[in-house]
Amino acid sequence: MSNQSRHEAETVERLLDSTLESVDHAEEICTGLAQRAGFEEDDLIKIGMAVRESMVNAVVHGNRYNANKKVHFSVSKNAQGLTVRIADEGEGFEVDSLPDPLAEENLFRSSGRGIFLIRSFMDEFQIRRLEPGGMEVTLVKHMVSK
Amino acid sequence: MSVKLNTRQVGDVSVVDVAGRITLGEGSSALRDALRDMVAKNHKKILLNLSDVSYIDSSGIGELVSGFTSVTNSGGQLKLLGLTKRVKDLLQITKLYTVFDVHEEESSAIRSF
Repeated sequence: MSNQSRHEAETVERLLDSTLESVDHAEEICTGLAQRAGFEEDDLIKIGMAVRESMVNAVVHGNRYNANKKVHFSVSKNAQGLTVRIADEGEGFEVDSLPDPLAEENLFRSSGRGIFLIRSFMDEFQIRRLEPGGMEVTLVKHMVSK
Repeated sequence: MSVKLNTRQVGDVSVVDVAGRITLGEGSSALRDALRDMVAKNHKKILLNLSDVSYIDSSGIGELVSGFTSVTNSGGQLKLLGLTKRVKDLLQITKLYTVFDVHEEESSAIRSF
């Protein structure tokens, strides 16, 4: 792939149903775009996983599989890297209230590692409440110049 | 492909060969069902062979932890075999790598029970 096409800006936006199929779909779109942006295998896996975890949060914990609620998804690439935005229409939550999954007392919990993994795999992670309801996450992965 | 599970008996150890993706939905529930079934049938020595697991998400990690807890609470042992680099990295960053007894060779894993 030429450097020009790698650096060409490209955005994909989708309004997705609150289903696990949407999780797979969003992951595929992101890894496809990330591949076209020139990210290598290891980063593609990390991006895919961070998007998957974010989509699961939106579908399962945010919209609670509600067929009347949608997930607002967009991903953009440019010469600097990849930016993903995922917003749900749920009730929202306080990020600071999430337990630390690395704390000794939480190690054996069966859930609660999603946001920790997203932060670990992406270069930037922001989360904010939306009005009138829902949460939006923004994930950024920088392209390292080669 | 989601996930495929095949259970075989090596002496008194139940080896579960897992292949594919352990993610929320079909993958994680198949693993949960298999482990529940083994605990219900009083299997005490369970070895999860993850060498053909290409991908695991936080839900899959949760199933491994739940399975470990459930087997341990029933008086059994659950050990892991053949972690790929990706799965090993995930268990390390989540501080779970040292929680599990992890083996690279099946024969030594079997002997370790």
